[in-house]
Amino acid sequence: MTDRKKGKKKLDLVKIRTELDSSPAPQLWRGLEELAGTEQYKSFLHHEFPYHNEKDSRGISRRNILKLMGASAAMAGLTACTKLPTEKIVPYVQAPEEIIPGKPLFYATSMPFGGVANGLLLESHMGRPTKAEGNSQHSGSLGAADIFAQASVLGLWDPDRSQVVVHNGRIANWSDFLDYAGVLRQELAATRGAGFRILTETLTSPTLAAQLADLLKQFPEAQWHQHEPAGRDNVREGARLAFGEIVETQYRFDRADVILSLDSDFLCAAPGSVRYAHDFAGKRRVTDPASTMNRIYVVEPAPTHTGVQADHRLSLRAAEIEGFAASLAGKLGVKGVAADTESTPSEYKWIDALARDLQNHRGSSLVVAGYAQPPIVHALAHAMNAALDNVGKTVIYTDSIEPNPTNQSQSFKQLVADMAGGKVETLAILGANPVYSAPADLNFKENLLKVRRRIHLGLYADETAVECHWHIPEAHYLEAWGDARAYDGTVSTIQPLISPLYDGKSALEVVAALAGHPGRSGHDILREYWMGQRKEKDYEAFWETTLHDGVMAGTAFAPKTVTLKMQFAGAAPQAASNAGLEINFRPDTNVWDGRYTNNAFLQELAKPLTKLTWDNAALLSPRTAQELKVENEDVVELRYQGRTVRAPVWIMPGHADQSVTVHLGYGRTNAGNVGNGTGFNAYALRTSDQLWFGSGLEVRPTGTTYTLAHTQYHHAIDGEKELKEESAAAEHRDLVRIATLDEFRKNPDFAKNPPDQTSHAESLYPPYDYSKGYQWGMSIDLNSCIGCNACVAACQAENNIAVVGKEQVNLGREMQWIRVDTYFEGNLDNPRMYNEILPCMQCENAPCEYVCPVGATMHSPEGLNEMIYNRCVGTRYCSNNCPYKVRRFNFFLYSDWTTPSLYGMRNPNVTVRSRGVMEKCTYCIQRINTVKIKAEEKDRTIQDGEIVTACQQTCPAQAIVFGNINDPNSKVSKLKAQSRNFGLLTELNTRPRTTYLAKLRNPNPEIPEGQD
Amino acid sequence: MPQIFHRSTNTIARASIFGAVFIAGLLGYLAYEVNQSPYYTEVNVARQQPVPFSHKHHVTDDGIDCRYCHTSVENSSFAGIPPTHTCMTCHSQIWVNSPMLEPVRASYRTGESLEWTRVNSLPEFVYFDHSIHINKGVGCTTCHGPIGQMPLTWRAHTLYMRWCIECHNHPQNHVRPRSEVFSATYQPPSTFAPVKFEGVEYHDQDALGRRLVKEYKIKPPKIITDCYTCHR
Repeated sequence: MTDRKKGKKKLDLVKIRTELDSSPAPQLWRGLEELAGTEQYKSFLHHEFPYHNEKDSRGISRRNILKLMGASAAMAGLTACTKLPTEKIVPYVQAPEEIIPGKPLFYATSMPFGGVANGLLLESHMGRPTKAEGNSQHSGSLGAADIFAQASVLGLWDPDRSQVVVHNGRIANWSDFLDYAGVLRQELAATRGAGFRILTETLTSPTLAAQLADLLKQFPEAQWHQHEPAGRDNVREGARLAFGEIVETQYRFDRADVILSLDSDFLCAAPGSVRYAHDFAGKRRVTDPASTMNRIYVVEPAPTHTGVQADHRLSLRAAEIEGFAASLAGKLGVKGVAADTESTPSEYKWIDALARDLQNHRGSSLVVAGYAQPPIVHALAHAMNAALDNVGKTVIYTDSIEPNPTNQSQSFKQLVADMAGGKVETLAILGANPVYSAPADLNFKENLLKVRRRIHLGLYADETAVECHWHIPEAHYLEAWGDARAYDGTVSTIQPLISPLYDGKSALEVVAALAGHPGRSGHDILREYWMGQRKEKDYEAFWETTLHDGVMAGTAFAPKTVTLKMQFAGAAPQAASNAGLEINFRPDTNVWDGRYTNNAFLQELAKPLTKLTWDNAALLSPRTAQELKVENEDVVELRYQGRTVRAPVWIMPGHADQSVTVHLGYGRTNAGNVGNGTGFNAYALRTSDQLWFGSGLEVRPTGTTYTLAHTQYHHAIDGEKELKEESAAAEHRDLVRIATLDEFRKNPDFAKNPPDQTSHAESLYPPYDYSKGYQWGMSIDLNSCIGCNACVAACQAENNIAVVGKEQVNLGREMQWIRVDTYFEGNLDNPRMYNEILPCMQCENAPCEYVCPVGATMHSPEGLNEMIYNRCVGTRYCSNNCPYKVRRFNFFLYSDWTTPSLYGMRNPNVTVRSRGVMEKCTYCIQRINTVKIKAEEKDRTIQDGEIVTACQQTCPAQAIVFGNINDPNSKVSKLKAQSRNFGLLTELNTRPRTTYLAKLRNPNPEIPEGQD
Repeated sequence: MPQIFHRSTNTIARASIFGAVFIAGLLGYLAYEVNQSPYYTEVNVARQQPVPFSHKHHVTDDGIDCRYCHTSVENSSFAGIPPTHTCMTCHSQIWVNSPMLEPVRASYRTGESLEWTRVNSLPEFVYFDHSIHINKGVGCTTCHGPIGQMPLTWRAHTLYMRWCIECHNHPQNHVRPRSEVFSATYQPPSTFAPVKFEGVEYHDQDALGRRLVKEYKIKPPKIITDCYTCHR
């Protein structure tokens, strides 16, 4: 790591800014270090794996290298002489009827996330769940899944999970707890449950809610609280403010032509976001110049996935968004809001054009407010949607999907106050981790210790578990029976894929024990609850169908008519106070509120835009960084309301000025071996009265630095252009091709490769006839892609890709086969942002193949560029010669070959790679072969769409399409025939099989360029 | 200073220089021989099993079809090893007191699986699929040898890549009619013992093989010797 620091040049933000501003056309760039031309950037540009001349991280001298080379040559020869180990075959005693060894089974289940169910299909090999896919019958999934679902299988097999019941620090067992629960019940009965409190996370489960209701009936003095660190209280309160009752708001992005997001990352961080991404991308799918496209405006403090999609994006501090919303509401004629156009602050830029655009699309426009915005912004959004006649069209109101929709933070505060006042005798915490995630001002831990009996149910022996008398290991959702509602209210069943690995219990079973039904299984509870709810003629058939489908048919909530009650008398447009810096708290895009901190897949997934892994950082704008005289990786002390935390800085172009965003979920102490010690704990600054943002933050540089592992410059494509001394920006322009919708209509061929790039097709090798048989290819629509990382996570789970850890990531050695490249365009303060996902291009003239001395990378007759692990001797010539930098090398033994629980997670159809082996995207050859064998046996050809790669299957935006390019009617052929089709670096005559559809923007013609 | 080496060492030095070539060659040859020997390949080495299961008895004497026990061979990559229950379908009725079968009965009683020693094993990076081979007319005995003659089971072929590729390159030398795939006694056609396929009698494997390759649409060697056919 020292090498990197040595080469580090001070970032001259002033110079970068002037250069960018003075460039005649908007430039494309990858990051500040590139613009500053730092050594670090250059080393990543010129080498796939930068050299570390003097010392490797392990300190090997040249002499030792020679010794090792000699020894390894000899050893390598010897290892070839080992006999295959003797294996045992262990058949069943009674074979389960449905299992055919060698064939996976798929079961429908649902993953609760923040209480809301995401429908999944789980792949199971001989009883081992290995891979999550979306459930196409589930309204919230439609066959797609997000990063959390993809990584959740690792969560099941995580060796750090809590494995035993713990009582007062000693190992106990479940029957001890059942005995205890019996005694507890007697005591509670004597006091009618006074002093008994239950704390859960957000619940939508009808069964668990009914159980809790039963429990509360038995103990009328008891109370139930909910604690969700990244909760949706503002959404609930906004609805209450607008309509006088808490209702659920559903959006129909498939009907919306003009969208305004007020700090809402609806594409990735909202209930139903997978569905929303699907619908949103559907409206951005362009086939020819006659196609239409939606337009999205985003107002937000820190760039998000949704912000990247924006046709017009405005960075405002979180507190200023209320003023923006009120001002816009006035312009849209919302009753009660003063339509004061003259006092519109100049920083609202295009608000008038936006208002007109929305007005022009009455009934097909949509205003969405984010959960971090205060209730008034939500109320204003509701009022604007009503004024725009969107209700019932793009916005649908239903009953709340929660059985007990309340202001959770108020109720939680009340709980802590009662704990402090000694009113709480018994506290049962089901699933939550409040010792870590409660706002700092509540002193939760201190007050928890005043509770006489503390019971905790959780997946990990976490911060809360160690403070409780009883800790019960929780059954993972893949081990438990249960139910939850989808974003639209659809009842989604949770069925186990495997018996609990560590005898974990679900919340259903623990509540049953407390309610006097010890030993009742989750399955019985669930089945009987629904038997009572549904009057089915043939309940057994109904139940079987429900479990098979994963959803209970027809349980989505019906739209509900609501009337605006609020008059907005006090909601005149007002500028937010400019006192000091603003602090923004956001759940992390990967580890969320801390529940996935121990998930290595998510930790190593490069976060959108910042490309940080394994850490969080204090994000701030370039201008604010200049004012504070800090730069990337400088450690600053954040002081907010008397509490301090030290955090490394990350400069985020496009962030609002005078504002700092910190992400929750890091700095944990009891997360597990993976998550402990990563990042800093932002909860330590969070207060209960201002959960999401507040002003008065002080930032003080400490003069120290902290190394962040970010991947923004890794695998930067270094094309021929640079050698010709053209600018890197021109190179980038070739790599990611962008036009506005109007430009596209005028020149549909704007993305076409110039003739000189495709003409020189000469090769030293004899040409191969690709005209016969299957020829696989892929098309990636940059216009639909939302950069959500789901493909990366899906690929990692499907292909047994190893995790390497922070230090190795820093050396550019992360192993994911598909990456999301981010490009910025334009100025520093509000650049446009583009994502480009990059798997192996499967070149027809693959440069990697010619240089392999041992034939470990070969070309298949079906056009695949094959990687044969068992032949690879690790020369790395291939990665050296890959212009796209998509090859990954196992520098060390990254795959965990020793932890038994991780065996279960692996896909048995993909080789687990060892040290010294190169690997890369295979177009999911295991899936191709499975379908091919099936088709051959039936003596038929493979149908289009039959083979689905892992990245394609999980993509919520359906941006990835794979298929046979020899079939002119296949989906992929049709996409490749579109005028927006282009290949990367085709001037190198690589003839890539993976091609892209160029990105389009749909800016409002009223808004001049440069003002967006 | 006295002479350190005796004159005879010159001869030894010369001999060892030339000898080195032969020694290296000899070592290489030895390594190759070991590599091909049953010690290393385990070909023709009968494996000890918890129960001395005889394919000879069950297949030849009793005439039980392969698929009675190896149930998934036609539709999965893995042929399947019978659960104890399958053994007990007969052995709850016959040989019920045989001491040899005690492990089977014990397994059935206790629910503990039998642990068989794998006879035909491939490295983890090889993905062999039974169903497609069965489907394309590759008989069980083509790879597993004269299974109907094996009292204890042994590996009949090395299962080396070279051996696999030989057949993938020349499938016509090995395929048989689908109706004969599960036959343990099938012999390739010869002048005196022709094989009938769709009414035509074939007297040599080459003619039959070519017909079958065409009939069963076995892909050309170029496709089926592609690396990704077996490695992923």
